[in-house]
Formats: sequence, C-alpha cells, structure tokens
Amino acid sequence: MSTLEIKDLQASVLLDDENSKQILKGVNITINSGEVHAIMGPNGSGKSTLASTIAGHPKFRVDSGSVTLDGENVLDMSVDERARAGLFLAMQYPVEIPGVTTSNFLRSAKTAVDGEAPSLRTWTKDVKAVAEQLKMDPAMIQRNVNEGFSGGEKKRMEIMQLELLKPKMALLDETDSGLDVDALRVVSEGVNRAKESNDMGVMLITHYNRILRYIKPDYVHVFNDGRIVEQGGPELAVKLEEEGYDKYVAAAAGR
Amino acid sequence: MSNTATNTAPGTTTAEEDLVEGVRTDEARIAIPGMTQEGEKLATEHSTATDEREVEVALPKGAKKPAGNSRAERTASYDLADFPELTGREEDFRFTPLKRLKGLHSDELTAEAPAVTVSGSDLVRVETVGRDDARVGSAGIPEDRLSANAWAHFREATVITVPREAEIADTVLVEIKGSHTDPAAQHLIVDAQAFSKARIVLHHSGTAVVSQNIEFLVGDSANLTVVTLQEWQDQGTAHASAQHGKLGRDARFKHVSVNLGGDTVRVTPAVRYTGPGAEVEMYGLTFVDDDQHLESRLFVDHSQPNCVSRVTYKSALQGRGAHGVWVGDVLIRPEAEGTDTYELNRNLILNDGPRMDSIPNLEIETGLIAGAGHASTTGQLDSEHLYYLMSRGIPEVEARRLVVRGFLFEILQQIEDEGIEARLRDVVEAELSNADH
Repeated sequence: MSTLEIKDLQASVLLDDENSKQILKGVNITINSGEVHAIMGPNGSGKSTLASTIAGHPKFRVDSGSVTLDGENVLDMSVDERARAGLFLAMQYPVEIPGVTTSNFLRSAKTAVDGEAPSLRTWTKDVKAVAEQLKMDPAMIQRNVNEGFSGGEKKRMEIMQLELLKPKMALLDETDSGLDVDALRVVSEGVNRAKESNDMGVMLITHYNRILRYIKPDYVHVFNDGRIVEQGGPELAVKLEEEGYDKYVAAAAGR
Repeated sequence: MSNTATNTAPGTTTAEEDLVEGVRTDEARIAIPGMTQEGEKLATEHSTATDEREVEVALPKGAKKPAGNSRAERTASYDLADFPELTGREEDFRFTPLKRLKGLHSDELTAEAPAVTVSGSDLVRVETVGRDDARVGSAGIPEDRLSANAWAHFREATVITVPREAEIADTVLVEIKGSHTDPAAQHLIVDAQAFSKARIVLHHSGTAVVSQNIEFLVGDSANLTVVTLQEWQDQGTAHASAQHGKLGRDARFKHVSVNLGGDTVRVTPAVRYTGPGAEVEMYGLTFVDDDQHLESRLFVDHSQPNCVSRVTYKSALQGRGAHGVWVGDVLIRPEAEGTDTYELNRNLILNDGPRMDSIPNLEIETGLIAGAGHASTTGQLDSEHLYYLMSRGIPEVEARRLVVRGFLFEILQQIEDEGIEARLRDVVEAELSNADH
C-alpha cells in the first residue's frame, strides 16, 4: 500500500534567468494504491504543470508545500531518484532521442529502477509480450527512442514503459490526446493492466471525458487556475462533459 | 553558453591574391567571382548563434576581408616554394597552432617516417617505390604548406594495390607506428583498380611528428572504403595528413576519419571526381580532450556531372584547452550538373572549457543540381533528452553516457568491421569515463 500525498503545492514556471510565473496556487490531493484520480480542467489551468512538478522537470520551481510518497519527501529527490522511488510520468510530448535505441533504453531504465539487470531471457520475452498487447511493431524496439514515431506510437511507448517498469504511482499527462478510438482503447487497457498487476495508483490528467470510459476513475477533481476547485465521483466527469468548464473559468475570472 | 565557443569571422590575411602570381595551379581550376561573398556569408551566418565576445576577438577592428576566398582559387602545387612561410593568419591556418606543429610546416622533414606494416589479405600488392614512380602524384596535389613540405621531403612511398576486379572481404590493416618525435615526411598510395572492392584501415599509433600525403586512386566502378584512425599517444605527437581521393567513373568511395589521440592532429581529406556517376561518403568522429587540438578540413570538388557526396562529421569535446576544428568545403563547378551533396557537422560540448570552430562552406556555380545543403550545430547535451531518460530512473551520469554514445557510435557503425568498431567503442568509453559528466 502506497500513498502519494500532495499538500498545498505552489509552483512557478521559470521563464528565463530572472522571470518566473506562478502556476500552481495550492494543490491538495492524496492518492492511494489502486485508486484512479482524474484531474480534469480547461487548457492552461496548470494540470500538466502539476504532473511535471511532481516528476521534477527543471523548468518548474516549487515555491511551497510538500509532495511525499509513503512519507518520503519527493521534492528533495532528483528526477531519477523520484522514478526509482516509484513515480512514473507518462509524458504528453515524449521527446525523440537520436542514437539511443529503444531496447537499450528500456533495459537501462529497468536496471536502474530494479537496482539489478533483468534476466536477459525473461526480459526479452516480457518486452515482446507487452509490445504485442499494445499492438506495437516489434521492430520498433530496434529504432531510436521515439525517433520517427507517430503521435500514437509515442503514447503506446509511454504505456509500454509503464507496464515494464511497474511503478507505484503513475501520472498520465493527457495520454489520450491525439489518439484515435482504437489506439485509445489499446492504451487504456495497458494502463488498466499495469494498475491491476501492481496495485498502482493513477493520476490521470485529461481534458476530455472520453478516456474515462475505458479507465474508470474513483475520484474526479476539477482543476482551474492552479488549484482544485471541485471534487466528486465519476458522475462529476459526466457533468463536465455536458456543461463544460465555463462556469469554473468564469468563477476564476471573477475572483 | 560561454563555453560553446565558436567560429568564425573572416580571416585577416590578404596575401592570397599576390600568391597566385607565378604559382602552378591546376588548369581545371577557375576563379569564381561573385561566389566569394556567398561562401563567406554562409560561414558568418553560422556564427550568429555564438558568443559575440569571441567574434570580436576573432575580428579585430579594421580587418579586411580576403580578396578571394573561393576554394577554387586555392594554391595547388607540388613545389614547396609556391607556398610561403606560414604566419598563422592564412585562411586555412587561422585555427592551427603553428608552434605545436613542431616544425612540420617549416623544417626539413628528414627523420625516419613511422613504420608501415600491411596485413589482412594476400590479394593486395604492397610495394615500396621511389619518388619517380608514375603513381606518385597521380591522385593528389598539395594544397597547403604542410602537405607541400611532406611532398618535398619524402624519400620513398608505400603503394598498396587492390588489383582490377579483386573483391576483398577481409579488412586490409595498415599499421603506421611512430617511435620518435623528430619531424618526418611520409607518403602512401592506395591504388584501388577498376571494379575492385576493398576496405583499408590506416591505424596511426605510437609517437610521431609527421606530415603525410596519402593518395587514393579509386578506379572506374571501384568501391573503396578507407578508415583512417588517429590514435597517437597524446604527448608530443604532431600529425598533418593530407588525404587525396581521386574517383573514376561510377566509383564508390567511403572515407571514415576517427581522431582520438595526439597533441595536434590536422587531417585534410580532399575528393576529386574524374568521371560522372561517382559517390562519396565522408564520416568523421573526433573526441577532443584537455589541451588537444584536433582539426579536420575537408574538400569535395564536384567537377563532374551526376555525382553524389555525403559528409557527416561529429565531435565530442571535454576539458580545458580542448580545441576542435571542422571546416567543410564543397565546391560545385559549372560543369557538375546533377550534383547531389549534403554535409553535416554536429558537435557536443561535454563540460566547461572546450572550444569548437565549425565552418561549412558551400559554393554552387550551377543551378542545375539535384540538391545541395549543409548544417552545423554545436551545443551541449539536450536537457530534455536527459530529463526524459532520468524520469525513467536512469541516473544522470548514465543518461549522459547513453546520449553521448548514441551520438558518436553512429559514425563507428560506418566502419563495418565489428572487431575494429568494438575496440573503438571501448576507447571512446574510456575517454568518457575520464571526465565527470
């Protein structure tokens, strides 16, 4: 049983050497193993900043508040330490890394996260099995990381890593964006498998209700202007789908 | 990024114009009025992304542009007297530390040349010939004083012949081993005859102060791969290597230059076409450490129709006083219609301290080409790449190595000899672990 606890998190984006802009204005959320928390909100509300700040992207600075995983202070950890502690961020825009093959990358990541190299025989089999379930071309493993991948292939690649690295907590940053219905289903099934096999907690960031038909949320949080403005169960997502974010945006503007 | 020091400002010499007087030049060579500005302009454009302070240093007030700096106007001669003593202000020597050449440009190169041993295949013929052999000078002509000085002083040449129609699967290994630091001249010729196919590795090691001319005759439809490995001891070695390729009709020539060891190394590969339909690939991998000066200046002279050239040079630099230089000259003459060329130089600065000068020059004298382009980038590791790898648990040191390895090993793969590639990968790994990045 793991718990990711975010308390009064305030953070800014670093614009250049001198300027920064506050994005997160006090976020509180607690995620336990096996729970799916959907974070929904309009574009520019700070959803992705929340995920990137937890993962430790150098572009963001924590101004106050805390993030702990099973009591350990995540904010004190380097990016790689956070991953080894059990956090995983499926990125909205995964980068292409020329010259580094996917197979080499996956093995290095698995070795780092587990603290020992995976057994060669079972590893190759595991990679192949996950690739097949995600309907990925096995030849992709020999290509450089994300190089020349389509948007959908990049998202599958993120979920492939999720399944192989078996984190305690997954942060999914708009994993559904740019996916057609088939790809969305395949990717969602991957997330559900990872959740079942590892009792993983999930923070699912999305703009749309669509992915929630495949990944059932236990809690839905409405995010606007850098904070959570409403919380509820799955029914809240349905309401958002019908009513949109207008009333939250208007409320924030009037504040 | 003050450590990403860079090219480039126009040289300050105006001497070239006078020099042409009375100098023997290749008749095929023509001046290119009007292209001068273009070539210089391209180089300067690349410098816009650079530290301005550096540019100011490189371009003192009142400095004049050279009158003619088209590659086609460069002096080419077998006679040392045609090349005046160097001052260091010449366009093609402005980055080279003359003092560290240990007399290669100025002294009589009378010491014994590094020992040459050829192995790997019985199908090649190896001879030692005198200066009067007909093949001497058949592919190359000196274009700078270092090369001309070597030409003036070499006593005998090693000729390696790949006979007509011979196809040699095994790598032909040419060990070139130096054992002292007295200035010497050396001359090698590889004669890949028509329809032959071979891969020849020139492995420079030991300690030497040597200026070389190496000629590659690539016959009609021949397919020659040359790998030149500069793996000298760092201490005391100065090496200038003018490598001249001459391609017949439909010939294929792949040239891979790997620069790892030596205090001061300057390799100047040049390729010329004598018939249509030939293809050239040139690759370079340079790893510059503290206080090393490793320089590559290449020239592709498109003078025949429908020929192709591809140039990909990469460097990694680390440490104080590490200086890398890459200059890539590509000239497309009016008669070279249907030319297809692209050159790429990418440099990775691994920590504070190194300096890289990178100048692509593309001169195009005909509009009837299939394609022509160039690109040059110099920078540090991409922080987004590192972030991505680290976000999967990979520690920063390991993430950096993964990216650097990937960056450099792409060139080694072009050698296509697994044994040599594996050994060089280990050498590069060792270089990488020398520094804390």
